[in-house]
Amino acid sequence: MDEQNEQKKAGYHHSLRRNMLLTVIIVSITPMILVSALILYQFRISYQEKVYAHLETLVKKHKRNIDNFLKEKLADIRFMSDTFTLEELSDESFLRDRLEALQSEFGPVFVDLGVIKANGVQVAYAGPFKLGKALYSEADWFQKAREEKHVISDVFLGLRGLPHFIVAVRENSNGESWILRATIDFVAFNDLVQNIRIGETGFAYILNRKGEFQTKTLLDVLPTKGPCADFVETGKRVQDRICITEKIDESGNKNLYVTASLKDGDWFLVFRQRTSDAFADFRNAMKVAIVIIVLGGLGITTMAFFLTRRMVGRIAEVDKEKEIMNEQIVETGKLASVGELAAGIAHEINNPVAIMVEEAGWIGDLLEEEEFQDGENLSEFKRALDQIRNQGRRCKEITHKLLSFARKTDSRVQDVQIQDLIEELVSLSAQKAKYSNVTINTDIQPDLPALKVSQTELQQVILNLINNALDAMEKKGGTLDISSQVEDNIIVVEVEDNGPGIPEANIARIFDPFFTTKPVGKGTGLGLSICYGIIKKMGGEIEVRSLLGEGTNFRVSIPLPEERETQSVDSGKSQGTPLSA
Amino acid sequence: MPGKQKVRNGNIKVLLIDDEVGFADILAKRLNKRNMDVTPVYTGTEAVQIIRKQDFDVAVLDLKMEDMDGIEVLKIFKKAYPEMAVIMLTGHGSEQAAKEGIEFGAFDYLTKPCELEELLAKIREAYRKKAHA
Repeated sequence: MDEQNEQKKAGYHHSLRRNMLLTVIIVSITPMILVSALILYQFRISYQEKVYAHLETLVKKHKRNIDNFLKEKLADIRFMSDTFTLEELSDESFLRDRLEALQSEFGPVFVDLGVIKANGVQVAYAGPFKLGKALYSEADWFQKAREEKHVISDVFLGLRGLPHFIVAVRENSNGESWILRATIDFVAFNDLVQNIRIGETGFAYILNRKGEFQTKTLLDVLPTKGPCADFVETGKRVQDRICITEKIDESGNKNLYVTASLKDGDWFLVFRQRTSDAFADFRNAMKVAIVIIVLGGLGITTMAFFLTRRMVGRIAEVDKEKEIMNEQIVETGKLASVGELAAGIAHEINNPVAIMVEEAGWIGDLLEEEEFQDGENLSEFKRALDQIRNQGRRCKEITHKLLSFARKTDSRVQDVQIQDLIEELVSLSAQKAKYSNVTINTDIQPDLPALKVSQTELQQVILNLINNALDAMEKKGGTLDISSQVEDNIIVVEVEDNGPGIPEANIARIFDPFFTTKPVGKGTGLGLSICYGIIKKMGGEIEVRSLLGEGTNFRVSIPLPEERETQSVDSGKSQGTPLSA
Repeated sequence: MPGKQKVRNGNIKVLLIDDEVGFADILAKRLNKRNMDVTPVYTGTEAVQIIRKQDFDVAVLDLKMEDMDGIEVLKIFKKAYPEMAVIMLTGHGSEQAAKEGIEFGAFDYLTKPCELEELLAKIREAYRKKAHA
């Protein structure tokens, strides 16, 4: 039954601990994760905005650079065609001078110059290739130049077999239109775009409207496939705006594409970067955050684990204490009811016993008379009467003790000096101790404050403890230590013997009324239960510790009166001279 | 009143008041056998009535009686016959009432059940004290 109870309690504490653990972990970790997720989400949004804004600015700047570059080149050619006449420019040596002037001013950006008539024939050429009298009537840029005032062509291989593009302006002189064209060095132009590098994977390139590369790219990008084609389609709509999209490329990586139109929408500057690269900082921050969350979670879990273990341990302890206390409360209640019952019985028994004793005494009186003096059983009669008297006395003793137990003794509260009281009792017991070969040692803290209790009751308790100890050591002798000191406004009296000790089975019953281990007729089994009742009434405690073969320690603790308590009311009353009773 | 308390035949005249009839009777018999002149009565009322007709040297009064409180009887005794010594009998644990009785002029008290010799001695002591008074 007990084992089952224990198991039930252990199960209860186990589930209590599990619930506490789960609650602590969930309550602590959930907000942490939610807050972190919220912050990370917000952070991601603002970081994305920041990255986009940065890329936008970058692409815009380069778009302006490239546009300016093209416009400048166009303006240079336009300036030349405006300044010089067709005749002057048709002179190849003059044209060569002009080319040299341009090259000395801008570097090797201008590769060559050429003057082309309306029929597409190049009438003059200055440059490293032998392109004099070349026919351009079929060339795309030439077709366009005939309709528009100036043309910047796409990159093409042309007659020379090298990638290049043409800047051409159309002029009219004497009713005849002619075209001045210059070839722009692809390498110089390419550098403008290739220099745009961000992070590990960010690079830029230019596409024409057909989706053909106008610059060299670092990676093998198929311009006509995938995302690039979309830019071409949407390019017109984008115009001056910067368009940012995110697409997955052929190898499955997410890429960011930032597009801007160039050359009035003919070309597109495309900047491409892996999303993971663009958001590398964010990813690092997220990694750190996750590590912190994981470590924090581990910390919380560990803390909760140990904390709940300790708390549940405490609870188990308190439960145990409570159980003991409950047992004690039951014990006290039992004692109180037994006490009342005992008092009633004692009163009722007193009278019949008194009558019996007196009647026996009467027989004894009559036996004294002459006529009985010769009776052969006279001595037997007398013995029987003595026995009745003795047993009657024993009954009286028992009823007296029962009535003491029911707290009917002198319970006047007065100032009691514990030192005086103990010393008095020790001297009282000295004779008995000597007889039992017991040494009594006292260790009493000097100047102990006075207790406000019933002197006779306290005497009864201490004397009972001393007598019990002396009885216990009766056979072999020993040492009896009586000590007293103040602990936290409580006076503690300890009575310790080194007698045979109390078996564990008896310890629990030691304060029960009528429980005695003394031989029949020697003890009533009421002494300690009376002590228990008295000390409880004083608001104190009486505890016993005992080890078989080592001895027994009774510890009585009685609280001291409150500091400002007034003199007890009944101390002035019934101060009649104590009489021998 | 002084002439009233005379010792007849050397016997002390004792009024024994106890509502426990068996106890009162046997105690009276035993005291009588020891040269006392004991009259047992069993109620407070009887006691109050009898002392109007008879003189007693000592009264042994049980404090706990059904018809009348022993202390009340004591008060009446002390008022009417202050010379009569009163020994109270009290149950164990009711010493408080006995001490109160002493304040009202009782000679002393004994705890019940008491030894005959004890009571005898107490009666003699009370009688001596009264005779010398």
